[in-house]
Amino acid sequence: MQALFGQLLIGLINGSFYALLSLGLAVIFGLLRVINFAHGAQYMLGAFVAFLLLQYAGIGYWAALIVAPVIVGLLGAVIERTMLSRLYNLDPLYGLLFTFGLALTIEGTFRYLYGASGQPYAPPPLLSGGTNLGFMFLPNYRGWVVVVSLLACLGTWLLIEKTKLGSYLRAATENPVLVQAFGVNVPLLLTFTYALGAGLAAFAGVLAAPVYQVSPLMGTNLIIVVFAVVVVGGMGSIMGAILTGYMLGIAEGLTKVFYPEASNIVIFVIMAIVLLLRPAGLFGRDA
Amino acid sequence: MAELSEKMATNVQTERNASAVQIGLLVVAVGCLAAAPLFLYPIFLMKLLCFALFACAFNLLLGYTGLLSFGHATFFGGAAYFTAHAVKEWGVTPEIGILIGVAGASLLGLVVGFFAIRRQGIYFAMITLALGQMFYFFCLQAGFTHGEDGIQSVPRGHLFGVIDLNQPTNMYYFVLAVFLIGIAIIWRFINSPFGMILKSIRENEQRAISLGYSVRNYKLGAFVMSAALTGLAGGVKALVFQFATLTDVGWQMSGEVILMTLLGGIGTLIGPIVGAGLVVTLQNYLATSDFPVTIITGIVFMACVLLFRRGIVGEFYASKLGKKLGF
Repeated sequence: MQALFGQLLIGLINGSFYALLSLGLAVIFGLLRVINFAHGAQYMLGAFVAFLLLQYAGIGYWAALIVAPVIVGLLGAVIERTMLSRLYNLDPLYGLLFTFGLALTIEGTFRYLYGASGQPYAPPPLLSGGTNLGFMFLPNYRGWVVVVSLLACLGTWLLIEKTKLGSYLRAATENPVLVQAFGVNVPLLLTFTYALGAGLAAFAGVLAAPVYQVSPLMGTNLIIVVFAVVVVGGMGSIMGAILTGYMLGIAEGLTKVFYPEASNIVIFVIMAIVLLLRPAGLFGRDA
Repeated sequence: MAELSEKMATNVQTERNASAVQIGLLVVAVGCLAAAPLFLYPIFLMKLLCFALFACAFNLLLGYTGLLSFGHATFFGGAAYFTAHAVKEWGVTPEIGILIGVAGASLLGLVVGFFAIRRQGIYFAMITLALGQMFYFFCLQAGFTHGEDGIQSVPRGHLFGVIDLNQPTNMYYFVLAVFLIGIAIIWRFINSPFGMILKSIRENEQRAISLGYSVRNYKLGAFVMSAALTGLAGGVKALVFQFATLTDVGWQMSGEVILMTLLGGIGTLIGPIVGAGLVVTLQNYLATSDFPVTIITGIVFMACVLLFRRGIVGEFYASKLGKKLGF
């Protein structure tokens, strides 16, 4: 029973990261028609910026939670402005290949500078320790991760579905030329969207730093799983991306309890089954 | 009128000259490959030939069908495992071992292709990547692959039970023969009616469907063909290096073959060979320094996409000199 709840919690935490990352991918893809392969690298960058801020500037977790996503978001904006924006008129595959190269460069650089092994990052004192819930022991920091990532997902959903800025974004997804004709600065909107997606990935990275170790390779394997999540959920809907992320995280946690050997591949198996039954994905609109 | 026919005659003449030049170049290239072991380290050359065949097989899919597979390491590394296992544990001759590798890779290609062709474009890329990662985890845990250790000290054996492949010269000419056969198959394939239909799918899938072609079957056929030839390269590689490890099935390997094809020229027959040559040489050169190859690889990737999407060979074909030579 203890093991079941423990694995469910881990599943929920993994699910939070899947949800945050696939959400960012869906937001970027919705407007830019680019699959951001560098998403995992940006997640890693978030964790590393938090780690370096603490190491060299003495800036702690709470400030890093804001500062790191802003830094990574700005970097994303620069990359979008100078390079990625040249690829919009081409086959979307070129965007994928470009961001793949970007991911390799970023990860290679960090691996060169900091080695492949992980660096520990302590959770903030306020959230250290744990709470006994009666049926299980809940480390406070993990509870915080679940709550705050849920809030971040809902916040992004509200931003896109309920605000004026979000309505511009959605309109530009449907018909960028028309929206530009109405006087909206669409190129700026594209830059903002990419920065938002990169920032979200970095935010997930800072959240992940105390749970996993900060290592240059932390994003790579994750992004491949997130791709599978995206294939299952379909990138048509923001809410779909969030729900699929949590569901698959929990499914992975449950597999760890009942059939641990398959826990690495269960998400890929689910992806294959979904492809057979509903090729467009659970929430997908495109055929 | 006379002027026109004269002009046409010169055109025909240029075309003849151009194809003579091309055949000449082909003969020179094969001659160079045959003489190369006199000047260069045979293992390096054999590695180059294996990766060149791998990249050409991959290009069959990306360049001629327009499908970007991000999981081709599955077929390359998978075949390497199958061949290594068959040769080492079952004691079969090298040619049978390679055929087993090819058969295994084709089967894997059939399964992966069956799932992947259900979606298009970037989804296709993501599905192949995910299934490739799944196969990686399978290889990590399966017994016959020996996990992290891989299959070590694979015997090269005697080709047809007669020719000793432990002789470096024999091995080199065997690899060269396999390479040339592979390229010939690819050349024949893309110039067949089947290959023409694949190109039409690449150019306009909807139109190919409306013309009555069962696009799905053609795509699957191309996928299996590409996987089989990739398996040929992978099986030979296992014999060249005498081991099969997890490196060959990882996503990095899938990325590498994309880079070779992109750098050389997507959709050209010799582009991937040039790309493979450059990437393998670069890796060889950097292997002695501690500077990570991934940084260079990543930068070359970005530069290719931003600056010369046609690749080196593609840009050459599009240049004045290339046009003059009739490419």
